[in-house]
Amino acid sequence: MLTICENNVAKIEAICREFNNDKGELINVLHQAQHTFGYLPEEVQEIIALNLNTSLAHVYGVVSFYSFFTMIPKGDHPINICMGTACYVRGAEKVLDEFKKLLNIQVGQTTADEKFSLSSLRCVGACGLAPVVLVGDKVYGRVTLDGVQEILDEYKS
Amino acid sequence: MDTINITIDNKNFQVPKGSSILDAAKSVGINIPTLCYMHLHDLNTTHKPTGCRICVVEVEGRKNLVPACATECLPGMVIKNQTVRVLNSRKTVLELILSDHPADCLTCPKNGDCDLQSMAQKMGIRHLHYQGEQSTYIKDRSPAIKRDMDKCIGCRRCLTMCNEVQTVGALSAINRGFMSVMAPPFQMNLEDSVCTYCGQCVAVCPTAALTEIDHTAKVIRLLADPTKTVVVQTAPAVRAALGEEFGYAPGTLVTGKMTAALKDLGFDYVFDTDFAADLTIMEEGTELLDRLTRHLNGDPTVKLPLLTSCCPGWVNFFEHQFPDMKDIPSTARSPQQMFGAIAKTYFAEKINVKREDMIVVSVMPCLAKKYECNRDEFKTDGNPDVDYVLSTRELARLIKQASIDFDSLDPAEFDHPMGESSGASVIFGTTGGVIEAAVRTAYEVFTKKKLHKVDFEQLRGMEWIRESTVDFDGTPIKIGIAHGLGNARKLLQDIRDGKSHYHAIEIMACPGGCIGGGGQPLHHGDSNILLARQKALYSEDKSKVIRKSHENPSIIKLYDEFLGKPMSVKAHHLLHTHYFDKSNHVEITKE
Amino acid sequence: MSPKFKKSILVCNGSSCLQASKVNLIAEFQAKLKEYNLDNEIQVVQSVCFNKCTLGPNIIIQPENVEYSTVTKEDIDDIIIIHLLNNKIVERLVYNQVYENSGSTKKQYRIALRNCGFINPEVIDDYIEKDGYAALAKCLTEFTPQEVTQQIIKSGLRGRGGGGFPTGVKWDITSKSVADQKYVVCNADEGDPGAFMDRSVLEGDPHSIIEAMAICGYCIGADKGIVYIRAEYPLAIKRLKIALDQAKEYGLLGEKLFGTNFNFEIDIKYGAGAFVCGEETALIHSMEGLRGEPTLKPPFPSVSGYLEKPTNVNNVETFANIPAIINKGADWFASIGTEKSKGTKVFALAGKINNVGLIEVPMGTTLREVIYDIGGGIRDGKKFKAVQTGGPSGGCLTEKHLDLPIDFDSLSAAGSMMGSGGMIVMDEDDCMVSMARFYLEFTVEESCGKCAPCRIGNKRLHEMLTKLCDDKGTLEDLDLLRNLSNVVKDTSLCGLGQTSPNPILSTMQNFYDEYHAHVVDHKCPSGQCKSFMRYYISEQNCIGCVVCARNCPVNAISGEKKQLHVIDQEICIKCGICMDKCKFDAITLN
Repeated sequence: MLTICENNVAKIEAICREFNNDKGELINVLHQAQHTFGYLPEEVQEIIALNLNTSLAHVYGVVSFYSFFTMIPKGDHPINICMGTACYVRGAEKVLDEFKKLLNIQVGQTTADEKFSLSSLRCVGACGLAPVVLVGDKVYGRVTLDGVQEILDEYKS
Repeated sequence: MDTINITIDNKNFQVPKGSSILDAAKSVGINIPTLCYMHLHDLNTTHKPTGCRICVVEVEGRKNLVPACATECLPGMVIKNQTVRVLNSRKTVLELILSDHPADCLTCPKNGDCDLQSMAQKMGIRHLHYQGEQSTYIKDRSPAIKRDMDKCIGCRRCLTMCNEVQTVGALSAINRGFMSVMAPPFQMNLEDSVCTYCGQCVAVCPTAALTEIDHTAKVIRLLADPTKTVVVQTAPAVRAALGEEFGYAPGTLVTGKMTAALKDLGFDYVFDTDFAADLTIMEEGTELLDRLTRHLNGDPTVKLPLLTSCCPGWVNFFEHQFPDMKDIPSTARSPQQMFGAIAKTYFAEKINVKREDMIVVSVMPCLAKKYECNRDEFKTDGNPDVDYVLSTRELARLIKQASIDFDSLDPAEFDHPMGESSGASVIFGTTGGVIEAAVRTAYEVFTKKKLHKVDFEQLRGMEWIRESTVDFDGTPIKIGIAHGLGNARKLLQDIRDGKSHYHAIEIMACPGGCIGGGGQPLHHGDSNILLARQKALYSEDKSKVIRKSHENPSIIKLYDEFLGKPMSVKAHHLLHTHYFDKSNHVEITKE
Repeated sequence: MSPKFKKSILVCNGSSCLQASKVNLIAEFQAKLKEYNLDNEIQVVQSVCFNKCTLGPNIIIQPENVEYSTVTKEDIDDIIIIHLLNNKIVERLVYNQVYENSGSTKKQYRIALRNCGFINPEVIDDYIEKDGYAALAKCLTEFTPQEVTQQIIKSGLRGRGGGGFPTGVKWDITSKSVADQKYVVCNADEGDPGAFMDRSVLEGDPHSIIEAMAICGYCIGADKGIVYIRAEYPLAIKRLKIALDQAKEYGLLGEKLFGTNFNFEIDIKYGAGAFVCGEETALIHSMEGLRGEPTLKPPFPSVSGYLEKPTNVNNVETFANIPAIINKGADWFASIGTEKSKGTKVFALAGKINNVGLIEVPMGTTLREVIYDIGGGIRDGKKFKAVQTGGPSGGCLTEKHLDLPIDFDSLSAAGSMMGSGGMIVMDEDDCMVSMARFYLEFTVEESCGKCAPCRIGNKRLHEMLTKLCDDKGTLEDLDLLRNLSNVVKDTSLCGLGQTSPNPILSTMQNFYDEYHAHVVDHKCPSGQCKSFMRYYISEQNCIGCVVCARNCPVNAISGEKKQLHVIDQEICIKCGICMDKCKFDAITLN
């Protein structure tokens, strides 16, 4: 059976209350919950469903629909590779492949040591710097294949 | 009725205003193929997600093809149903759907009864031009329902049944795009979800994505085992539907042929669940009168309304969703379980067979019964009162496998003593029937007067929620009826809010009651079939000499010889049960 | 500019500039100004994209409108001393004159972006000074809702989100729906990869959207507005929230606006990363807390939308035009652009082009003007090959379309579409088959999965394109590809599937020779598709040193010492290590 501590339940209840426990506000509630917990584990979704008086199936249906929501805890250094068209045209796919190879994980996964997680996203609007990689909030522009290892080295240690 | 003029394939037609292209075409004899569309007319349920795109037609002035099921006819609309563009599109889309569907038709449980298969046949698909990755999912076997989502075509009928009609909320569409599929949350097993096993998803699934767990092989093996005495019971709704599997018109009663077939199959005793339905009335009716009397005498602790408890899908529903009200339903077990309990005690003793050597098989219109018979509280030392449940469809398969020519069977009678039943028990199979049966008995017991008119027309029908007041010789008894769990939810919510004014409520999980159960022959979206089955049950009731449960001589004898009186200690032990809170999935801890 | 300041330093806060900068330029400027005791005279303003992303970080000094590029922390002293104190230009930071004279700004015409970069988006007074909320005042006090709607109809404004439906007509229809509650929705869920015009408007001029939504509310009879905005746009969200608070504080939102009986309030709802939510019915379901899946139209949102109430959905750029139309008149707006497409359009120019960034041009401007005059031509002197407009829903246009005046109808006629305004320029190195595959990969990922042709059809289209790129295609595949593209377009439930095959159909039309080359000649003409590459070892140069064989990660190279080595093409993964390692130039790429 899943467990969740009282404290976290109270946090979720507060979020739901802020939106009047209205299930029409589910997406706003999920945003807040993900902001609070970093991700949306099963037990959090269950408590949300309970408070918004909707089915867990519905909550999960929504969570799994939107790419912004994640059920996997992010690594300490979430890596995002922009796959917008401008970045793609300038080789973002190869950069992504290089990250996959070096970290030995696929997009949407987190490394075993929970240090890095890998995602791709659509256009961060830094098309002038394409291809662009974000590690946390830090932006790396005009990333080359050799640059991938250098970026990772910055965060190892 | 207002009409408008439209043109379909260069012919002019007058059609009712406001009708869809699909309905309009149908009304003038043009059949447009559909796949995801489903319209259960008498149940007020329409499902048209416009997702399959098989029913597309050309409409002059529209850039793209439009789905006929959901596009309203407008005056002067020029519709084309037969152009190369339309036919090629339909065929290509069907090929796409087939390209993401296993091609194992020959060994598929829905072989011959599959909407996708017949569509491919109708459209003359001979080759798949488009092939590629197929979606694969882990197969999920619950006690009642099997999910093989590789075969899901995304029609979403199951979602309409599970979420809108039943409001169970076990399934939803998850993920998106090519990865989207209908599943319980987190793709957990159905068994771990809030599923009630009502089986309505199975009843409407066009393919074999959702099917019943098949127990025919196990039953065949037991029938061949000489050390076992195999007893079978058949629920009332089965006899009104089984014939459909053998080409009979919906609503044809095949009670005698069914009994004969069961005997041919080798069952040692062929009994009737109707017998147990009469027994249910004795127990449930007595419980109702007990609560009623206490209530009328001003006892504030008494719980009313009394809710019927013969429907296992419904029991699962309130255990999951209204656990705070689990002391309101009657404690009477369902007829299936009463039958099992009596068969393995009273009857086993009578024929001198040890409990472990007796096998009780049920033939039910229901999938939740497969789960119900597995509940721990219905087992003695691990031995279940009912061993296996076959759905109506499985019984048909069993008969076909045994090469029995159903049509030429001579009708046979049920065996004694558990084959005797009243007309009241037969109508258990339809919405309104249980409460009507209860009223027939309760009236006579309560008023101590003879009931002259046993037909309570006001309790019959197909409306989702019905109510009526029955005059118990000066005491008005308020009765509510709901079928479909979504409607049950409404009545339950009223009770929870203290707004309910009923004395007794009958609830059936399935639309139409057991006649529309998840184990019945597939209606393929034709709700007229349910009406025909309902009519058949009322006609069998009418044909019976005994029409009140408490007048069933075998029941009277059972109490005399074995149980004592209704709600006696022994009756409590064998015929009553208790309910569980199944709402909690997450444990809340301090730290 | 707020009156109390003499000058403003606008620091481009477009994501490119922000990210190109090693330091927080705004903070650095503020600190330095304080040092020079100028912080009471000169303000530093976060601004939005100036369309010089490749040259960032960029700043503009107002009121003289001098632009500096590639500004670093070390340049700040010079800017303050030379420019601000001595009124001279810091020549070395003014970026190349050729660009200026080429018409980058001359050919542009700002309506939607009129205030972006010129006001402080976090100060409502800045907006008011630029005629902000004058249009709303005028509408509420001088015109009936019908009169305002008529003006919008007369202006010829068409929806900038992609469809190009006449905005005024949409308002008119919604106004005629009878209901106790109606809604105005601003679609700010910009999902087209490579387009960020809506974000720029919300970051740079949020009040214009608020004002326009209120005007729309007045016209259609709604007192509630909702902005549906991408959660991935934190800065836009922050500024929108500030703007909403300020508008409320100034009585420009709330009850009895401008002393009339008109009430209007605005809420924010967040998108969560689903491109399909750009489709208005999907967007509405998303706002209702559901999966963002579209439903069949009709009923249109103008009849039954959010919570089944009449709802008018317009996108950010559309709204941004409204106050300008009211202030300057429908005739003025209608005088700009082409016969059927009035006003201007914002594009996000990207790809193999010299000047990457946002531009706004009058409808009817040609692609040539955009790409060469404004975009500064193709990077690295390469040859122009194609331009993709409309993102994943659009198509590729070629050399022969360069003199096409851009408007809704001309782009559609040429097999592409306006879309939300992404414009990606491609050069001779880009393979059109791969490009189509890239867009289909996007669509496969973004399809909601509700209807079969989009869910399965796009998957199959993507698989077929992959087959072509992997040198496994046949001529028959090309026919199937075309048929399936047409069927997906014709039968899909919503705009996403109805347009997703456009990149295939337009490239097949304009670059059929490339498709043909992939399946018949087994060649990728631009050399982008790896599968067509063949590494060979030349007989003359190979001395049999075995270095290549030793380094090959998949042991595809065989040969004895001092003998000619051979690459097994079946095993070779085209990594190119052999070529790098060979000291004798013996390995060639074909």
